[in-house]
Amino acid sequence: MFHSLGRYILLLRLSFRKPEKFSVYWAEIMREMVSQGIGSLGIIVIISVFIGAVAAIQVAFQLISPYITKTVVGSISRDSTILEFSPTISSLVLAGRVGSSIASQIGTMRVTEQIDALEIMGVNAPGYLISPKIIAGITMIPLLVIISVILGLSGGYVACLLSRDVSPTDYITGLKDGFNPVTVTVCAVKAVSFGFIITSVCSYFGFYTSGGSLEVGQSATKGVVYSCIWILFADLVISSLLL
Amino acid sequence: MIEVNNIYKTFGENEVLKDINAVFKPGKNNLIIGSSGSGKTTLLKCIVGLHEPTSGEVLYDDVNFTTMHFEGRVPIRKQIGMLFQNSALFDSMTVEENIIFPLNLFTDMAKSEKHDRANFCLERVNLKGTNKLYPSELSGGMKKRVGIARAISMQPKYLFVDEPNSGLDPLTAILIDELISELTEEYQTTTVVVTHDMNSVMGIGDHIIFLHDGQKWWEGSNHEIAHTNNKELNSFVFASKFMKAAREKL
Repeated sequence: MFHSLGRYILLLRLSFRKPEKFSVYWAEIMREMVSQGIGSLGIIVIISVFIGAVAAIQVAFQLISPYITKTVVGSISRDSTILEFSPTISSLVLAGRVGSSIASQIGTMRVTEQIDALEIMGVNAPGYLISPKIIAGITMIPLLVIISVILGLSGGYVACLLSRDVSPTDYITGLKDGFNPVTVTVCAVKAVSFGFIITSVCSYFGFYTSGGSLEVGQSATKGVVYSCIWILFADLVISSLLL
Repeated sequence: MIEVNNIYKTFGENEVLKDINAVFKPGKNNLIIGSSGSGKTTLLKCIVGLHEPTSGEVLYDDVNFTTMHFEGRVPIRKQIGMLFQNSALFDSMTVEENIIFPLNLFTDMAKSEKHDRANFCLERVNLKGTNKLYPSELSGGMKKRVGIARAISMQPKYLFVDEPNSGLDPLTAILIDELISELTEEYQTTTVVVTHDMNSVMGIGDHIIFLHDGQKWWEGSNHEIAHTNNKELNSFVFASKFMKAAREKL
């Protein structure tokens, strides 16, 4: 375990060496941003709307009582969406979508000697392959999480429109009631951290792939599994430190 | 010129290379031959720095490459061109993008200059007009030639070729061999070819090193190889019936 951790840290250090040519790296960062951001938008839209709607319905089911004001449904949906559903669930889904793609892409490059070809040319392979992915991850995943929050809350509104338990007006009032800006800070910290975890962990497993196509698949699986575990661990640490 | 001095390489308990010494001169086709598992590719990877030798040194024009760190190696690596066994073309890039990739990173050439250079390299390997194709659209022989075009795009001083003929038909294999030989003569590169193809050995082997069981077993030229009494080399060179028949005619 310590051996792997050491290799991971060394790989990250190599990844952030001075680039050979900034313009080439910039083009790679842009390409990765499009791939990770635009490429993941569809799945984020779908899961966010549904999770937001389900959250509102379930909170309403548990808390509708003559003694509790109906606006509380909006407040609880808002906080759980901002604090947990959007950053964590979106990141777990993105670990599957973005992470497996990164690990298999770099892993395939490793087993087909494309990484060796980069090294022979004098290119810092970890820098060229990994740093643009990490930079894109820590910028695009927070943006996706922001979109997820907006759509999650919209999903809750739609659920209220369709159900008779809570009126949309109560839901909107609840969203505004007792809003604590710290929740947004926690959400942003989580999104950036999870973006880093997904891209760096999956890059690590891809970069140290050896063998053939079977091992590339195994690296992708390991990358996703370890990313998910680290996301959940980081989720706990960030929540306990910041809340 | 490349000098290999007392190279040893072990993987765990397995000693793959044992005390290899060799000198590869410019303008010559230097061939490393041997049966599978003899350590040919490991030696090549030690020379280019993809593997670190357990002990020994590799000198590029009297500069010790082995003890250098990554940054120190970059100026030498810019002078290296390499064709990999499976070509190792970047899948996501077109043929032209593959060729100009090192130019993008290491030169300040204008776009038109890079385009001209790509065309020149493609013309040199007889692949004019394939600029916009992707590696997945190329045959095995074409991939090898694009690999060579990429390798020569930076006008290398040292050219390394790993199994250039693997998976190719005999005619294409001869064309690739001829191309390597022409480029070596034209640019006076120090060319090191790893192969176990006897056509290559007899066709372009100016200087041949035979590895057996991780050791340098024999050294000479293609003119000398047919007349040697080295038992292991003979059993490797004349393994096929065709070569046995050819020897009897000599």
